[in-house]
Amino acid sequence: MKSPFRSERDAFWFVWLVIGYCVLIVVGYKIDHWLGLAVFVVLTGVALWFGVLRGRGERPIRQAPAPSPPDEHRILVVANETVGGPELLAEIRERAGGRTTRIHVVSPALNSPLKTWTSDEDEARQIAQERLDASLGSMRSVGLDASGEIGDGDPVQAIEDALRTFRPDELIVSTHPKGRSQWLERGVIERSRERFALPLTHVVVDLDADRS
Amino acid sequence: MSAAAEAHHHGPPPIHYSSRISPPVLGMFLFIASEIMLFGSFFTVYFFDRVANHGVNGHWPPPGLHRPVFVAFINTLILVTSSGTIHWATTSIKRGNRAGLQAGLALTFLLGLTFLCTQVIEYHRIGFNTSDTSFAATFFGLTGLHGAHVFVGLTILLVMTIRAFRGHFSPEHHHGVELGGIYWHFVDIMWIVVYVTVYLL
Repeated sequence: MKSPFRSERDAFWFVWLVIGYCVLIVVGYKIDHWLGLAVFVVLTGVALWFGVLRGRGERPIRQAPAPSPPDEHRILVVANETVGGPELLAEIRERAGGRTTRIHVVSPALNSPLKTWTSDEDEARQIAQERLDASLGSMRSVGLDASGEIGDGDPVQAIEDALRTFRPDELIVSTHPKGRSQWLERGVIERSRERFALPLTHVVVDLDADRS
Repeated sequence: MSAAAEAHHHGPPPIHYSSRISPPVLGMFLFIASEIMLFGSFFTVYFFDRVANHGVNGHWPPPGLHRPVFVAFINTLILVTSSGTIHWATTSIKRGNRAGLQAGLALTFLLGLTFLCTQVIEYHRIGFNTSDTSFAATFFGLTGLHGAHVFVGLTILLVMTIRAFRGHFSPEHHHGVELGGIYWHFVDIMWIVVYVTVYLL
C-alpha cells in the first residue's frame, strides 16, 4: 500500500497544507471569482501531481541496523525467480567461507499492478513460497543455516521489512541479467545501496544459460 | 507457513503485511475515505443548489439570510488549535511524556466541546431554519453533518483521555492515540473546507 500518509504526524501537516490551499483560493476568489476558480484548478492539479509522484517514490532512509552477534556472520539474500540459481548459491557459499553463518532469504511476492488493485496477492505469495521452500532446501542440503520469508512486492521495501527482524552484516541481491531483469530496470540495486548502509553484492543469475 | 503446516491449518489465512503502513492506520484511512465520499455528496448538493439558484436570484446566499462568518472564523481557530494540541499529545506519548499526553488530550477535548457548544448556540441565533430555503437546508445539512462528526470525535477523545489518565498508553503502545488523532485531524480538515465553502465563497 503506497499511501502519502502513514501517521498522525502526516495528517497534522496535511491540516496546514489544507489551510494554505484554502487561503489561496479564498484570496483569489475575493479578487475575482474566475481567479479563485483558476487557483483552485491549479492547486488541485499540483496536489494530485505531487501526491502521485510521492506515492511512486521512496523515502530515502539510510538504515544501519544493529550489528549481528560477533561470533556469527549474517547474510540477507533477496531474490525471487533467481532464488534457486547456482550462481547465487555459489556466491552465498563463498561469502559464508568457513564461518558460522546465518542466511535469511527474502522472496518478494511479485504481483502485477492490475492484480494488486483488482484482486489479491495470494497466488503471487504461493509461487514465491514454493520457490523459497525449494531454495531453502538446497541451501540446507549443503550445510547452510538458512531461514526465509515472503516479502513485499517491492524488493527495496522487502529489505526494509526484513531489517526490522533480521540484523545482517551484508546484503546479496540476485537478479536476472541486464535486459531481462525488471528489478534492474527499476533501479533496485542503486536504490538499495542509497537506502541501506550495508555492503551489497549484486549477483546475476542467468537461468536460461544454466538450463542449456 | 510450510506446505505441511498449511495442510493442517484451519480458518483464515495467516496475516501478512508490509511495513509501508500498519493495518490499523490503513483501516482508519479507508474509513476516512468513505467519510470523504459522504461529505462529497453533501457538497455536491450544496454546489448544485448554488449553481441552480444563483442565476435566478443573483445573490448568494439568498437575500435576508446572513451567515455568522466571524463566529465561524473563531470556531475555525478553535478547531485548528485543537489539531495542534492533539499533535502535541501524540508527540508527547511517543517521547514517554505522559503528562503532555494527558494535558494535550484534555485540552483537545475542551476545545472540541467549545466548538460544538458555539455551533449549537449559533444555530439558535442564526435567524433561519431548515425549511426556509434550499440554502438553509444545505447549510444545516453540511454544518450539521460536520457537527455530528465532531460529536463522534469528542466521544473518541473522551475515551482516549480516560485511558490516558489510567496509564493505558506507552511510547511503544499508543495506537489508540495515533488513530484518534488522525480522525480528529480529518474532522478539522473537513471543517476548514466547510467553512471556506459555506461561509466565505
